[in-house]
Amino acid sequence: MTDQQQLDLRKDEVEAGTTTGLASPSVDVTSDRQNSLWSDAWGELKRNPLFWIGAVLGVLFLVMAIVPQVFARGVDPRACDLANSKALPSAQHWFGYDQQGCDYLANVVYGARSSLIIGVTAVLVVLVLGVAVGAIAGYYGGVTDGILSRLADIFYALPLILGALVLLRVGPSTDIPIINSRGPGAVAIALALFGWMTAMRLVRSQVIAVKSSDYVAAARAMGASGRRILVRHILPNAVAPVLVYATITIGVLIAAEATLTYLGVGLQRPAISWGLQIEAGQDSIRSAPHLVLFPSLILTLTVMAFVMMGDALRDALDPRQRA
Amino acid sequence: MTNLDLTKPTAELADQGTPLLEVDDLHVEFRTRSGPVHAVNGVSYSLAARETLAILGESGSGKSVSAQAIMGILETPPAVITGGGIWFQGRNMLEMPAEEQRKIRGPGISMIFQDALSSLNPVYSVGFQIGEMFRAHRGMGKKEARKRAVELMDRVRIPAAARRVDDYPHQFSGGMRQRVMIAMAIALDPRILIADEPTTALDVTVQAQVMDLLKDLQEETGMGLILITHDLGVVNEVADNVAVMYAGEIVERGTVDDVFTRPAHPYTDGLMSSVPQVESKGGRLQPIVGQPPNLARIPSGCPFHPRCSRRRLGAEAAPGRECSTDVPPLRLVVPGREAACHYSEEVLGVPAQ
Amino acid sequence: MGRYVARRLLLTIPVLIGASFLIFAMVYALPGDPIRALGGDRPLSPAVVEVLREQFHLDDPLYVQYWEYVRGLFSGDLGTDFRGRPVLDTIERTLPVTVKLTIVAIVLEAVIGLTAGVLAGIRRNSFFDNLVLVSTTLVVSIPILVLAFLTQLLFGLKLGWFPIAGTREGIYSYILPGLVLASGSLAYVARLTRTSLAENLRADYVRTARAKGLPNRTVIVRHTLRNSLIPVVTFIGADIGALLGGAIVTESVFNLPGIGREVFDSVRAQEGAVVVGIVTLMVFFFIFFNLVVDVLYAVLDPRIRYD
Repeated sequence: MTDQQQLDLRKDEVEAGTTTGLASPSVDVTSDRQNSLWSDAWGELKRNPLFWIGAVLGVLFLVMAIVPQVFARGVDPRACDLANSKALPSAQHWFGYDQQGCDYLANVVYGARSSLIIGVTAVLVVLVLGVAVGAIAGYYGGVTDGILSRLADIFYALPLILGALVLLRVGPSTDIPIINSRGPGAVAIALALFGWMTAMRLVRSQVIAVKSSDYVAAARAMGASGRRILVRHILPNAVAPVLVYATITIGVLIAAEATLTYLGVGLQRPAISWGLQIEAGQDSIRSAPHLVLFPSLILTLTVMAFVMMGDALRDALDPRQRA
Repeated sequence: MTNLDLTKPTAELADQGTPLLEVDDLHVEFRTRSGPVHAVNGVSYSLAARETLAILGESGSGKSVSAQAIMGILETPPAVITGGGIWFQGRNMLEMPAEEQRKIRGPGISMIFQDALSSLNPVYSVGFQIGEMFRAHRGMGKKEARKRAVELMDRVRIPAAARRVDDYPHQFSGGMRQRVMIAMAIALDPRILIADEPTTALDVTVQAQVMDLLKDLQEETGMGLILITHDLGVVNEVADNVAVMYAGEIVERGTVDDVFTRPAHPYTDGLMSSVPQVESKGGRLQPIVGQPPNLARIPSGCPFHPRCSRRRLGAEAAPGRECSTDVPPLRLVVPGREAACHYSEEVLGVPAQ
Repeated sequence: MGRYVARRLLLTIPVLIGASFLIFAMVYALPGDPIRALGGDRPLSPAVVEVLREQFHLDDPLYVQYWEYVRGLFSGDLGTDFRGRPVLDTIERTLPVTVKLTIVAIVLEAVIGLTAGVLAGIRRNSFFDNLVLVSTTLVVSIPILVLAFLTQLLFGLKLGWFPIAGTREGIYSYILPGLVLASGSLAYVARLTRTSLAENLRADYVRTARAKGLPNRTVIVRHTLRNSLIPVVTFIGADIGALLGGAIVTESVFNLPGIGREVFDSVRAQEGAVVVGIVTLMVFFFIFFNLVVDVLYAVLDPRIRYD
């Protein structure tokens, strides 16, 4: 996972940073321009089948996370009978039974909630950290930028999974709140702590590009305060690339969560999670391959939903791609 | 017809009088998602050795597209040559196999482009890029090609050519880069050189040097020169004949002296009065009103009529010469002058025939 | 160039120190006692704990501990694990496995990714192009974890083409894990190549190359591919560094005794010295290959000059 992680982060930095074209700010983007960018993008999105596949899947899993009962066909995931252990899929029980003889469909469906909660929370923390640090570094420049950028370099050099792995391993024996909880919060924070750097670099480069533009000079000449310029003129420019990045990253971090849980440092039993299901299923991969297959399939579809939406969004927000 | 012989110097052909190039009723359109765009709509002209033909027009008039069609370097698709012929030394290039057409590019017809920085490959030295002509067309070795590249750079007056031959395009100034382009284009002593806005991106003083260089080279080799430009001053100085293009058609044609002193088409007339002239200081400039036409929806009748101050519509018009419905053909107005306007005589101030 | 490399090398020092200190701090400084954790359910005798604490400087402030560690580092001493085995020996034992895995992965990534990307880029909007687009989206979306099981199931158990665990069958053992490890980068290389190629095909200098009457092959290979591959080659170069540090999951699932699995086992056992040693090495690889790529860029693209 780590490898894919790194790759995705780097890829998004490269693509989102260079392709949105919003970094060429010769005109003010407030109001008109910004509006036409978004309405053009929406027009483009509407025609992209990949976006619709992603969006439908995304909404599906969101609903699944909110009301799992509906998708589990009313079966309680914890109502188990060892007599059914590892039973194969059937007409009544589409996904078969797990080792404990619990209905597997119910278990896989109930796994969506923790995955989505962790993915979305982690991305929100990433955004807060990334936007704050990136805006400060880009806006103030100089020594501040030097120190913050080196700090990002340090985190960047550590593979995401590895950093989170170490933190989550030592976490429970510390007395830091949340981190020592072995819960979804700990996983989300660990992922965000080792995954904020790309968002920071995106925002930083956008801020630097816009800062030197003519209309910001004009705003400054008219006596606008530094904070007002940052909030009113500079940050709106960074929205598009950051949005693309954030959408894809939700998917990437959901995959990372499953990986950490699989490795034994994420969510712990009795929590219901795809990572735990894959981990438990791998021992019987020969006799009952469905135990690995179904959570893997749903996990992949969830990640794919966000990757597809992000990809479509990037194509739509990139004016150069339009004929 | 036998194979083209492109080994003899152009100068030897210069006086035979047969045209080097004849473009006949050329049509090019771009097929886009939102429908066809008619970029070139029936353009015809010919070029003789030693002749300089200027093709004058605004951006979007089809002047560059027609040149690229002649070179055979149009992106197809989206571009499609929908009709006409391009005859090079008596053979229709559009009917040649691609491989034969390719062999004409370089020794037969050669081209230089407006932006020399983006038109030269940034990752190869200029010497390599010039030498490539000899290696691809003459089968020369690397060393020999490099030697010839130095000679060519000398010939286009790049100072310290021997030292700079291994430098990269970004290490040269704009004017020097354009000289590199020229050196590359004339490497094989082409019959025809097409220069597409060769000086637009350059400073005025450098512009003059580059134009002088082109003229001198033409003098030496006898090649035909097609000069594509929107710069009236450049046309006036170097061209023999001029063809004015509008909306993918030639609207007026004649010698530069004639066309510039007494235009026969209202568009040419408008062009003349929209640029400052040294002789008539103090006069007001009169820009042509309106926008160049959208080539996806070219106006009916005379394509220039929505912007024309002399247009005659409805009852004002003579029969068969209603500007918004009747297409004016390119016709001989007075000896040596063709124009595509129903009322050219009026523009010229001569009685109608 | 020399000066640029020197400056870059200097800049990597704080990053290297920072990253290893970060891991060091997480492993040693966070409350919780690695010695006690070592005993597990059966507490060690106080005397043994005392000796171990002394040996690992656990009673000194964090920066002293780290200083002692760095001092050791410069004399080639990476410390020992709690059982007294030198960390250096552990690395010597496990690194070759990871290096082999990385080589296999990079070769697959370059060969398959480049081929797919070039074919898709030259024939844009063809069937093959769309196939590449769809399959890369798919591959990027499949978590490595899932992909590992999927390939084991399909190529290992169902088809029986490749071994699915261990290193007993030589280089053959590395093909499946290498493919899994490379998958994400492979998809990205294909896409990057495709985009870069399609963009370059529209470049002015390609038009010039056609106008020069160069044969089609020369136009594509010399004037389009050469330029298009600059970002791809540099990505692949930087990826070597990333893959060397990123094989935790792949090595664990495929049971390959490389540094990825070793560091994972050590994290679980809270073997601080091994974790810090291996992670420092991984960070070094990452930084080193990034530096190599920066230099490579200047070699490939003459417009870039660092001095």
